[in-house]
Amino acid sequence: MYNRILIANRGEVALRIIRACREMNIETVAIYSEADRDASYLELADEAYCVGGARSDQSYLKIDQVISAAEVGNVDAIHPGYGFLAENAHFNEICRSCEIDFIGPTPEAMEMLGDKNRARDLARQNDVPIVPGSEGLVESDEEALKIAQQIDFPVLIKATAGGGGKGMRVAHNALSLQTAISQAKEEARAAFGNSAIYLEKYVEHPRHIEVQILADHHGNVVHLWERECSTQRRHQKLIEESPAFNLPDETRQAMCEAAVRLIRNANYTNAGTVEFIVDRNNNFYFIEVNARIQVEHPVTEMVTGIDLIKSQIAIAAGEPLKVTQDQLQYSGVAIECRINAENPEKNFQPCPGTIEQIFVPGGPGVRFDSHVHAGYTVPPYYDSMIGKLIVHQPTRTEAIQCMLRCLAELNVRGIDTTCQMHSEILQHSDFVEGSIDTTWVERTFFA
Amino acid sequence: MADSDSNIFELDRLLELIALMKEHGLVEVDLQQGDQKIRLARAASGEPTVISPAPIAPPAVPVPAEPVAEAAETEDANIHVITSPVVGTFYSKPNADAESFVKIGDMVDNETTVCIVEAMKVFNEIPAEARGRIVAILVDNEEPVDHGKPLFKVDTSS
Repeated sequence: MYNRILIANRGEVALRIIRACREMNIETVAIYSEADRDASYLELADEAYCVGGARSDQSYLKIDQVISAAEVGNVDAIHPGYGFLAENAHFNEICRSCEIDFIGPTPEAMEMLGDKNRARDLARQNDVPIVPGSEGLVESDEEALKIAQQIDFPVLIKATAGGGGKGMRVAHNALSLQTAISQAKEEARAAFGNSAIYLEKYVEHPRHIEVQILADHHGNVVHLWERECSTQRRHQKLIEESPAFNLPDETRQAMCEAAVRLIRNANYTNAGTVEFIVDRNNNFYFIEVNARIQVEHPVTEMVTGIDLIKSQIAIAAGEPLKVTQDQLQYSGVAIECRINAENPEKNFQPCPGTIEQIFVPGGPGVRFDSHVHAGYTVPPYYDSMIGKLIVHQPTRTEAIQCMLRCLAELNVRGIDTTCQMHSEILQHSDFVEGSIDTTWVERTFFA
Repeated sequence: MADSDSNIFELDRLLELIALMKEHGLVEVDLQQGDQKIRLARAASGEPTVISPAPIAPPAVPVPAEPVAEAAETEDANIHVITSPVVGTFYSKPNADAESFVKIGDMVDNETTVCIVEAMKVFNEIPAEARGRIVAILVDNEEPVDHGKPLFKVDTSS
């Protein structure tokens, strides 16, 4: 097992990883930018190094500085968290060449599954259903039109190097196809330096359901069931829950098995998430693999009792999985609300500033993962999430009830938060009945 | 456990304190018993509110930590502090057998190399970026440093 790990991240996830390490008696080295110099969670690490200026590209994204801190801090491994360098295959490789373990998949597996087009190929080869679409990259407008007519409009144009909802455009007919393609390509070129695109049939009003997997270095792969993440705004998740409400058991089983099959054949190891979209008829289609631990991992932890961060560390250190698929248990319903320092009434304008006071909810089945406290100043340089509120109860009705109670208790003064918006969503009859899809929030609340 | 007569966190005692605060027009009272703390504060409405206790004190001291105390003191306006731009290992000499790049008393200008900070096998030569006399060397040879760590003091009035 490792003696010492560097956490190449900040805020909530850095604290999460520090907590896991402390319970495993692993020493921690934290990194911080000038903007995070006074963050209290840094005091929980054994050592902390300033890696640069406030902006991410001057600090958290500076590979040479992060590696340098790892060397000076004399660590055995680096946990990248999520975001920043977590899915950077180049960083992954550099870690390994410096003889520092990267807590995640190999660079090869990461690169293969990070390329969406290659991931689709792999899915096709492994009987994992994919959305009907082009057989590979689309090279010309003529080709695009032919494929679009084959699979039927509307079509979704997607950047192969894309992520976070960027480099995607919908075309509803042949007239708008060409424009949509050039827009998608431009956005992809600007965001990812790669304008290659492919086409998929556009599934209207899909549910976003993803499967958590763990794979060790000994050939064992397990799934930890699914998370429903359809409550989104502009491709940003707001609320996640497990299990997916009203999903037929056969569908759930088929999705989970498909996820395991794909991961196994990609030689993917450590934690990962296989994303699917599910249409109104409960047909599921593979979209992509997220080759990292995700923000919403606590939802799965609550319903399975498995600590995913500790699992990641153990897997990376060479330990076999502690449980088989048959031994994994599932109970109750968990819901997570991402609490952001944003004002929903002003188009979700971020509200950095100092938290004067914060009352944190508690009680049975309540978990608040957050690095903030009274006196903490939310910096303007990073994402606006200040914490994740997670509840776990025996039924979905009780989980919603509990979350509403907790959102009312979560009293934050000094900055705006999205608590009120979450309450409204959770009380809406569509949410309670489970008839939501990925554009439901925007259509219902922000049209 | 503290003796209940003198336990400041007992509900009756707290209620007593809150009443006293109102009576005497006190706005804020900080109490500490052992390593337990509580703060009673009266909000604008006049009703006292209890603010959550401070986070649990951490066991470890971060090393290396914030800039050293000397840098935080009020500096003479003519003293410029050279800080490290990168994380790495500080070397005061170009190699083991050579002389130090600079000693106390040396004059430097903007381009003078004052030290090396080695990061990932890259030996970054750090320029003074100031004109004046070296009056203090704040780190030892082979000491780990990070971004912003003060390395030298330069008297720019010299």
